[in-house]
Amino acid sequence: MAKKQNILSVFLNGLVTENPTFVLMLGLCPTVGVTTAGSSGLGMGLATTAVLVCSNLFISLLRNFIPEKVRIPSFIVIIASFVTIVDLFLQAFLPDLSSALGSFVALIVVNCIVFARAEAFAFKNSPLLSIADGLGMGLGFTGAITILAVIREVFGNGTCFGVSLMPAAYQPMAILVQPVGGFITLGLLLIVVNALRNLASKKSARKEAA
Amino acid sequence: MSNFAVTSSPHLRKNATTQRIMMEVCLALAPAGIAGIILFGFNAALLIAICVASCVLCEFVWQKANKQQVTVSDWSAVVTGLLLAYNLPSNAPWWIAVVGSVIAIILVKQMFGGIGSNFMNPALTARAFLFISWSTIMASYPASIVPDAVTGATPLNALKNVLAGTAAMDGLKFDYVDLLIGSHGGVLGETCAIAIILGGLYLIIRGIVDWRIPLSFMATVFVCFLFKGGAEMALYQLLSGGLLLGAFFMATDYATSPITGIGRVIFGIGCGFFLFLIRVFTDSAEGCSFAILFMNVMTPMIDRFTMPRPFGEVKKHG
Repeated sequence: MAKKQNILSVFLNGLVTENPTFVLMLGLCPTVGVTTAGSSGLGMGLATTAVLVCSNLFISLLRNFIPEKVRIPSFIVIIASFVTIVDLFLQAFLPDLSSALGSFVALIVVNCIVFARAEAFAFKNSPLLSIADGLGMGLGFTGAITILAVIREVFGNGTCFGVSLMPAAYQPMAILVQPVGGFITLGLLLIVVNALRNLASKKSARKEAA
Repeated sequence: MSNFAVTSSPHLRKNATTQRIMMEVCLALAPAGIAGIILFGFNAALLIAICVASCVLCEFVWQKANKQQVTVSDWSAVVTGLLLAYNLPSNAPWWIAVVGSVIAIILVKQMFGGIGSNFMNPALTARAFLFISWSTIMASYPASIVPDAVTGATPLNALKNVLAGTAAMDGLKFDYVDLLIGSHGGVLGETCAIAIILGGLYLIIRGIVDWRIPLSFMATVFVCFLFKGGAEMALYQLLSGGLLLGAFFMATDYATSPITGIGRVIFGIGCGFFLFLIRVFTDSAEGCSFAILFMNVMTPMIDRFTMPRPFGEVKKHG
């Protein structure tokens, strides 16, 4: 690879530059599906991060043993193992969160972020870099869906992580915690994120010119 | 302007501007608004004023902020504001009107490219948004304040009970006169059938809207209910709820209805059919806005399949 990669830049790449939700637009199913409350957004993000870090590490460790032709089934086996572990862990220790997330935990198996990082990064890079990539991407995803979930919870339910936030006279906008509201809020957030990205790229272009 | 024939040149030109058309629509909407104020009192007038003002203000602020040409003077925001207000119950709080206007103008109209580019009717989408968010406020239909007004359930809710078999037709507390003058519960601009029909006929005679959409819409509803509940039920259904307002003023929105004649007939029949399905088979008594919104989304497809082939094009085999 022409560009020299270090752990920090790989981590920041996932967290900001190629943020899976806001830039790559991957994993939108849980992004819209579970973000009705801040706690489930955060829980879903961390569960996905755990799976992503572990699967990235093991795929990277095994990358020289897995034949090219059967890599996809191998990825599925590795990812599914960790999803099962996380699922059982949540059921045992965080039953409330587990029931709030429902089938979305099991569906991490087919989450395209996890798959895309296995295929595009972990299969080609060293274990240490793969962990950094998994952490960056996972936390980038967590941050993005937590922001989305908090916005939806505050305006759609008047609470933030279950704590009542709005004055008593506030009538919550119930549409925001319904599926439609997920798409609308995500669209509006993407406008803000793209505007910020444009601003940043303009600024860096000006710096280079000077 | 209403009756597009998609042909090759030469074309006739008509001296119709957006501004002129929108002003005529406002004029046609006026009787329904005046009736609403008489029937429901001062708060109805206040809501109409708030909706129109905030729609115009939203359009102005958005276009200024985005350094676009300000097109407030084309009156389209006024029409959206009026239609939105007519879809609110007369006791709605002021902020409902403001939130609805922001949704209609900014979220539905301007974000998709302004006038002519929105894919759903702004006023109706805002109403649907408000209805889902604050259903208790949006579904509380105050009775009219005029003497001898029909109190209790709205005509549509009463008819719903008849359809469900829990009430009898001769137990209904309203008659045709009540429905025509609008002295019954409902949103503030939909109850007075005479005023809406007057405005609608004006638009059709002036050539602003195509007669095909309202006619096929209402005919479909009438025929469906004729088979479901008889002639009296069909007439009552035709005159109550938001059907007339929707058929004349909202289903005929240029940007969100098909441009071919046959496409408009299909559009009207679709609206009528879905309205029938919602009014009969769902929990809610009224389905006009959702039926129209559904057909709005179908419009590009209807246009695609009803577009006449250009002269000389050979039909593709396969």
